[in-house]
Amino acid sequence: MSSEKAVTLRVNGNEVNIITPAHRTLLEALRHEGFVEIKSGCEKGDCGACAVLLDGVPVDSCITLAWHAEGRDVTTIKGLGNSDSPDPLQKAFIETGGAQCGYCTPGMIIAAKALLNENPEPSLDDIKKALSGNLCRCTGYTKIFEAVQIAAEDLRKEGEAA
Amino acid sequence: MNQVDTSPNAIPNVNLRQVGKNKPRNDSPTKVYGKAIYAGDLIMDDMLFAKVLHSDRACADIKSIDVSVAKTLPGVHSVLTADDLPATNAVMTDMPGQVGGGTKNTKQPILAKERVRFYGEPIALVAAESYELAQRALDLIVVDYEDTEGVYDAFDAQKPDAPIVYGNDNIVAAYKVRKGDIEKGFQEADFVLENTYSSQYQEQAFLEPEAAVAWVDEHDILNIRSSTQVVEHFRAVADALGMPHNKVHLQAPYVGGGFGGKEVMTIEVWLALLAMDAQRPVKLKQTRENSFISHGPRHPFTITHKTGVTKDGKITAAKITLTSDAGAYAKLSPYILLYATVGATGPYRVDNLWIDSTSAATNNLPTCAYRGFGTMQATTACEAQMEELSKLIGLDSLEFRRKNFIQTGDPNATGQIIRSAVWSDQCATKAREALGDKPKSTEHTVYGHGLACYQQSYGRIRWMKDTSESWVGLEMDGTLIVRCAVTDIGAGQMSALAQIAGEVLGVPMEEITVYFGDGHVNPLAGTSTASRALYMTGKATELAAKNVRNNLFECMAEYFDVRPEELDLGDSKVFVQDNPERCMSVKDMAKHCAAQGVHRHSLEIYRAPPSEGLDPETGQGEVFPDFTYGAHAATVAVDTDTGEVTVIKSVGAHDVGQSINRQAVEGQIEGSALMGQGFALSEELILEKGVLKNGSFSEYLIPTSEDVPEIESIILESRSGLGPFGSKGIGEPVFSPVAASIVNAVADAIGTRIHHLPLTPEKVLTAINEEKTKEAAE
Repeated sequence: MSSEKAVTLRVNGNEVNIITPAHRTLLEALRHEGFVEIKSGCEKGDCGACAVLLDGVPVDSCITLAWHAEGRDVTTIKGLGNSDSPDPLQKAFIETGGAQCGYCTPGMIIAAKALLNENPEPSLDDIKKALSGNLCRCTGYTKIFEAVQIAAEDLRKEGEAA
Repeated sequence: MNQVDTSPNAIPNVNLRQVGKNKPRNDSPTKVYGKAIYAGDLIMDDMLFAKVLHSDRACADIKSIDVSVAKTLPGVHSVLTADDLPATNAVMTDMPGQVGGGTKNTKQPILAKERVRFYGEPIALVAAESYELAQRALDLIVVDYEDTEGVYDAFDAQKPDAPIVYGNDNIVAAYKVRKGDIEKGFQEADFVLENTYSSQYQEQAFLEPEAAVAWVDEHDILNIRSSTQVVEHFRAVADALGMPHNKVHLQAPYVGGGFGGKEVMTIEVWLALLAMDAQRPVKLKQTRENSFISHGPRHPFTITHKTGVTKDGKITAAKITLTSDAGAYAKLSPYILLYATVGATGPYRVDNLWIDSTSAATNNLPTCAYRGFGTMQATTACEAQMEELSKLIGLDSLEFRRKNFIQTGDPNATGQIIRSAVWSDQCATKAREALGDKPKSTEHTVYGHGLACYQQSYGRIRWMKDTSESWVGLEMDGTLIVRCAVTDIGAGQMSALAQIAGEVLGVPMEEITVYFGDGHVNPLAGTSTASRALYMTGKATELAAKNVRNNLFECMAEYFDVRPEELDLGDSKVFVQDNPERCMSVKDMAKHCAAQGVHRHSLEIYRAPPSEGLDPETGQGEVFPDFTYGAHAATVAVDTDTGEVTVIKSVGAHDVGQSINRQAVEGQIEGSALMGQGFALSEELILEKGVLKNGSFSEYLIPTSEDVPEIESIILESRSGLGPFGSKGIGEPVFSPVAASIVNAVADAIGTRIHHLPLTPEKVLTAINEEKTKEAAE
């Protein structure tokens, strides 16, 4: 059995200490700690269901080793917002029906968040490209694109108001 | 877009407050905030983790299975092979749920004992302290195989000297339809056209692989929380383990997609065995690779159409043969073949008809339920033939279809008289209009338009005697509760019930709690399959809510001193229709009625219309409760240098009877557009002598965000369906014509037809080059 490793990282702003087999992925290590909002769809970086932000950059947590996150910031879907204080993306996904079975949704919104952080005025093609690593089998992506466009618009308005 | 419908089923226009509106679904918030707990997300104290050993051979005898070393590994708590199971070692794979009528009684070994019949057949189960340990234990199990001769083609399987996969022969099911006089029909024809079309394996590719947790509780009840479309598998689990039905409790939380792949039992029985053996909670999550081999993909079909038509476009006769590859176990193959048989003639009236259909056993992956359930494959072939026929007689393809569409009151292939609206023409016309003009071809790109129509059932086969129950109750604070054990597999099954109950009782859907997915605390509602969930559970909920409404109105009529029919409910108020100022809040009404001892809740059952089956000689009889009709149209661009096909526009136009949630209907149409596009262009499981070669998302390519065309949904509402408010089922219907429309568009673009799907760039380029050679020769 491979050795165990102590890893300290921040998840959604809170420090988390975990002892994990050295080869365990960030996905499995965090799910083991109860962060089951990170979904597991393929375990090899093909589907994007497990996407999280690592220091703000979207990664597939299923192909990132847990120790790689030592000292770093992980943001999951729960870190973006909640019903009291939703992220514009979360609001827009509810409004358009961008979630059907909901299993790809956490990873999809994380990927969209990374896009909007980088590019506040994405074109439809930009959105398609940014989400191309996140598979969805239910929606045909159309209402997801709409949600991202609405959220981008909301963020722009927020920016202007501020 | 409401038009007047004169079918016998149609219900008049009513003033709907919530139903049909574009309302956010009740299940959306929990999903977008990351709070939804799926089956594999449950964490329990003392929980073990399971792995399954799948066969890496397609056809072999098992000489021995040695688990002795695996069992000694510290941290391994349970290692099970067929020798450890009840002697029957069988799990029912027949039509699941509350099936009162005749079934085929299909079964399959839980674990392979002396023989494996397909690549991926389960052989051993392990539960250990971690997934890593369970995997190590699997690696230590030694299976001694001896390969034997298998059969890997549905036609080879029917030859006299073919190896027998199981049972007495390789015929899993066969149907025939004999109607009218086809000899006479072909004589009356000016043209006769014969073509063979074939289609491939398609993987469901739901994003959540099979997952479940099982545990035995303090009452000795075996609990299973599973990602399933069917909570009523608890009976089959109990039967497999030799337990009473009331000692197995199966519940489904939100399911991460099903599409038919979680209809027949998947991993539940394995977990049940491990939890009983280890007497600790056990979790199993299939890896993506194992998911590919753990449920049944779509049946490959080969379909030959011989059709006679007059020169003015009337179909005079059709002779159709259908053959499907059932793989190594029957599962639902007989029923899927029946759907394909009924769907073989599409939405067209054919009075002189001869159909033979056969499903054959092979050592390929067992195939099973998948959105469209045989009808989709039949539609894909039928619509290709319709397009070819219209070309042959030189008639516009929609004009040709118009001359042959079934109308309300007409018999379909099995002689069932259609009683609901048939708006094939309206839908096809609108879908095609929406495509607009075809772009002009350029040096390296040609464009094509394609159209496809369909007839797809909703609701289960009539002789299954399907029922659904639902309970609706008004709470003292004016909120509503719906209890209905429907499984929510992502299409908005739960949310629709809130919208329906809320419509009837005048309460906003956001204020309604629906308890779902658990048949041991909620009334059993049947399966989320067969485009029946909304139809059946929605109808039961509508009926229950109306009972409550009647009870309340009787009491409130006395209070307002009017007749009950003069009252209405809306915006959380009861009011007198002619004088809405005379009103009372639903909350106060609840209290008032409670004080009068009024029954404020109701349990109702909805029974689908039954029948006793088909005449075995003629194939005539009533198979389904009703059908949905509509059309899909597509514009494609084909790169003539590479053979690559790009879908530019995809339009679904469907008579949904009545949309319950408009956004959810659009979601079904848009999702179907992409899933059908995948089937038409890229998706194909590759099997070599039964061994799967591309069982991962990097090798099996489903459409991504970059493949999305402009999608348009056109929703027509005849209010003529059997579902709540006149709705029809749509989950499968809106999918069935998509691939056919794209295939027809490609044929239009390149001027020749490819008869075997999917239309990969290689095939398209070959077809283009052959066409060029042919033209050059001419």
